[in-house]
Amino acid sequence: MGNEFKESITKAVNNANLTGALGKFSEAYKVNRAKAYEGIDFEELRGRIAELKSYAASHLDELSEQFASKAESSGAKVFRTNDPAKVREYILKVAQDNNVKTVVKSKSMATEEIHLNPYLEKAGIEVGETDLGEWIIQLAGQTPSHMVMPAIHMTKEEVSDLFSKEVNERLTSDIPRLVKVAREQLRPAFLAADMGISGGNIAVAETGSIVLMTNEGNARLVTSLPKIHIALVGIEKLIEKYADVATILKALPRSATAQLLTSYVSIITGPTPNPDGSMKGLHIILMDNRRSEMAADPKFKQALQCIRCASCLNVCPIFRLVGGHVFGKVYTGGIGTILTAWFDELKKSEDIQGLCIQCGACKDVCPGKIDIPDLIMEIRRRLVLEQGVPLLQKTIYAVVNNRKLFHGMLRAASVAGKPFTSGKFIRHLPLFLADLTDGRSLPAIAAEPFRDRFKKIIQPKLKERVAFYAGCLIDFAYPEMGESLVRILNKAGYEVLFPEDQTCCGAPARYNGAYEVAANNAVDNIKALLSVDATYVISACPTCTVALAHEFISTFESLGQTEWMSEARELANKTIDFSTLVKKLVDEGRLTMKEGQKLGKITYHDSCHLKRTLKVTEQPRELLQRAGYELAEMFECDTCCGMGGSYSLKLPEISAPILQRKLKNIKDTGASTVAMDCPGCVMQIRGGMDQDGTLIKVRHTVELLAEQLIISSQ
Amino acid sequence: MYEQFKIRAEGVSAEVYHYATKEAALDFLIGFLQGEGLADTPQACALWAECSFLDNLDRNVLKRVPGLKFVVTRELAAEARFGISQMDWALADTGSLAQNSSAIEQRLVSSLSSIHIAIVPTNGILPDMPALLSRVHPGDCAYLAIITGPSRTADIERVLTIGVHGPERLVIVFVDELGGTI
Repeated sequence: MGNEFKESITKAVNNANLTGALGKFSEAYKVNRAKAYEGIDFEELRGRIAELKSYAASHLDELSEQFASKAESSGAKVFRTNDPAKVREYILKVAQDNNVKTVVKSKSMATEEIHLNPYLEKAGIEVGETDLGEWIIQLAGQTPSHMVMPAIHMTKEEVSDLFSKEVNERLTSDIPRLVKVAREQLRPAFLAADMGISGGNIAVAETGSIVLMTNEGNARLVTSLPKIHIALVGIEKLIEKYADVATILKALPRSATAQLLTSYVSIITGPTPNPDGSMKGLHIILMDNRRSEMAADPKFKQALQCIRCASCLNVCPIFRLVGGHVFGKVYTGGIGTILTAWFDELKKSEDIQGLCIQCGACKDVCPGKIDIPDLIMEIRRRLVLEQGVPLLQKTIYAVVNNRKLFHGMLRAASVAGKPFTSGKFIRHLPLFLADLTDGRSLPAIAAEPFRDRFKKIIQPKLKERVAFYAGCLIDFAYPEMGESLVRILNKAGYEVLFPEDQTCCGAPARYNGAYEVAANNAVDNIKALLSVDATYVISACPTCTVALAHEFISTFESLGQTEWMSEARELANKTIDFSTLVKKLVDEGRLTMKEGQKLGKITYHDSCHLKRTLKVTEQPRELLQRAGYELAEMFECDTCCGMGGSYSLKLPEISAPILQRKLKNIKDTGASTVAMDCPGCVMQIRGGMDQDGTLIKVRHTVELLAEQLIISSQ
Repeated sequence: MYEQFKIRAEGVSAEVYHYATKEAALDFLIGFLQGEGLADTPQACALWAECSFLDNLDRNVLKRVPGLKFVVTRELAAEARFGISQMDWALADTGSLAQNSSAIEQRLVSSLSSIHIAIVPTNGILPDMPALLSRVHPGDCAYLAIITGPSRTADIERVLTIGVHGPERLVIVFVDELGGTI
C-alpha cells in the first residue's frame, strides 16, 4: 500500500468528527433498517430484485434499444454512448444550442462519475447542486464521501462556516436554521435555471420511463422549473418491466435510509408542458462506460444488480472508521471498490480493495444479492495476475506451499525465542507472527505443536472415526484446543484421526489474491484428509472450515482447474464445523452435559465466517447455555473483531480501533467469559484483553465444553 | 385502509383529516388557511390548482376570501405560502399520495409552497405501490408524482429536518363526497 494511502487512513481514523458521526449513524442504521423491513420477507424480495436486475444485465443492449424507442415515441430525445467524453460533449451542446447560462442539478452519481460539473463550468456555464449534501460539498470544494449521504463526514459547525461565507452573515450551527438558509439560497437558483440535470434511479425499458427519488423535493423542481431536463442514466439502471418499479421501490429506500418510501418519487415518461405552454426539452442519456463489459464478465456481471442504496457502506466496519474519502472521489465503500475498478481502472482499486476485511456484513444486507466480498477477492486475484506477487510474499508462499519447510520454520520459531523481535521474514508468515502491535498481545508459538502432542494422547478403541483438521493456529499456537476437541469426540464415541500431511488451508494466500498458492494448499489437504477413512472432517476454525467446505472448490473454479474437483467436493461434503457437530451429537444423546451447573454469565462473539458463510449462530449458544452458562448478548455480537488474518498486520490502524470497540462491547455485558468458535478471533480478542489488563476470560467454545461433558449412558 | 394510511402518513409527519362532505371539507380548509395567516400578500397567499373538488362550487364566493387564488402561474406559485391540489390516490402501506402531475400547475402548487394541502377522494385509497402502478400506465401519464410526507433531509449530521426544497407541511384531507367512504 502506498504511503499516501496509509496517511489518508491514519488521518481518517483520527478524525473524531468523522468516526463519531459515522459510528453513530451505523448503529442507528442497523436498528432502523430492521424496523423498516418489518413484515417483509427480505430474502424473497432480494431474490426477485437479483433476478430482474440479472435479467437486465444479460439484455443490456435489447433493453437500451427498447427504452430508447419507447422514450423517443413519447417525445424524449435519447442519446446512447459508451464514452463519458461524448456524454459531456452532448450535454454541453444541448446547453449551448439553447443558450443555457445556468444549470441546477439534483444528485446524480453518474455525473460525478464523468466529472461533469468542472467541464460545464469551464465552458462558462454556472452549475448548482441542489441536494443539500451535494451543495455543501460543492461549496466546500470536496467530493461526496457517501453515495446517499454525500456530506456525512461534515459537522454542523463546518456547514455553518460554509453557509456563513455564502450569505455573508455569521450563522449559528442550528441545523433547522441552516436548512432554511439552503432553501432560501437555492430557491432563486431553481427559478432562474435554464436547464435541469438529474440522474435516474430506475429506467424502465418497456415504457421508456425514468424514476427519480428524493427526500428534499429538489428533483421535482429540477425536472419542473427549467425548460430543459437532461437525465443521465447509467445503463445498469435499466429494468425490463414497469411493474418491477414497485419491487425496487420496496427495497431501495428501506435499505438506503430505512424509510418506507422517499418523500418524493417521480415517474417521468416523455416531456410535459412548461408553464408558458411550450413543451419541455427532455433528453435522456443512456451511458455505458464499461457497464456492458462488466455484464460480459461472468464474475462481475453480478455487480450490475446494484440498486445504489449504499447499505454495504452503512454496515461496513471499515467504512464507519475511515469514511468515504479514503476510497476515492466518486463511488465509495464495498460496491464502490468494485465500481472504481471498472469505471475508473483496475489499478485505481489496488489500495482500496485492501480495505475489505472480508467479514461479509455487506453481503448479508445487499438488496441486489451481490457477493461483494467475493468480487473484491476477484479484484485481488486479477491484480495479482496483472502485477504478480511482491517478492517478499512470493518467498513466503513458496514456504507455505512446502509443508515440511513451513512447519519446520514454525518449530524453529518456537525455539528461537519469543517474542519475535528480529527477522522480518518470520514476522510476515501467514500465521500472523507479528511482533506486538498496538493494543494486542500475540501468543507465543507453542513449544510443542498439536501434531506432536496428538501422538501422546491415548484414545479409547472406538468404532467410528473422524478426521480432525487443526489449521495452523490450533496446531502451532493453541494445541490445547485440539486436545479438548479430541476429549469431546472420544466421549461421543468417535476416535479422532490426525492426518499428518495436512497443511495451511490456503486462506491467507487466497485472501491476498494468490490463488495458485491456495490451490496447491488445497490439493495437499485433499490428499491428506481423504487418505483416512472417517465419517467427518471436523475443524474448530471457521476460516479453515470455509476453506475446506467452499473455497477449495471455488479456487479451482477461478483457476479453471478440474483435476481435483470431485475430491474437493467429496471433502466439502464431509466437512463440518465443531459446534454444529457437537450440537448434533448432544441432540442425538451421544454427548451429555453435567447436570445443574451454574457457570455464571457468558457472552458470545460471532465469528464472521461461522455466522455469514457457514450460517451457524445458535448451535454454540445453545451448547453453552445447556452446559450451565447464562448468556448475556453483547451489542454488535456479530461485528468483526478486526482480525481478518493478515489484515491486522497490514492495516493495524484500522484493526486496532475495531478491536477496541469489540472489547468495550464485551466488557459492557458484565460477563466474566467471552466465548467464540474461531482461534483467530481468540488470538485477536485475548490479545486485546491482555493489553487492556481486563480479567475477562477469552475462550474457544471447544475449551469451555470439554470441561462440562460426560460420557453418555449410551 | 384509511386507518393504516393515517398511521403511516402521520408517521412521516403528514397531517390527516377526513370529511364526509365537500362543504365540511371546505369549511375546514378556509378555517385552516385563515388560522395560518392567509392574506393577499406575497408569502401569505394560497394557490388552488384545478381539480374536481372545485366542480359545482361557486368560485366567486371563494374568490372573495382574501389571498385565495385560482390562477396558477410560475410567478404566483413562487410566492404562495399555500398550495392546494387534489391528489388522485393514496397508498395505505406507505402513507403516500399519488397524482397524475403531467399538468405543470399541479406540480407548481405542490412543490414550491410551504404548506401543501392535498384533497383526496376517499375511494382513491389503494393498498400499495403495485396496486397504483397497475392502475396508472405511463402511456397516459407523463409525470406520475408520488408524495410521502413533507420535504425532509438528514444531510447535516444525520439530523432529520423537515422542509428543504419542498413543502414543510403536508395536510391531507379525505373527502367522501368525491367518492367512497371509510
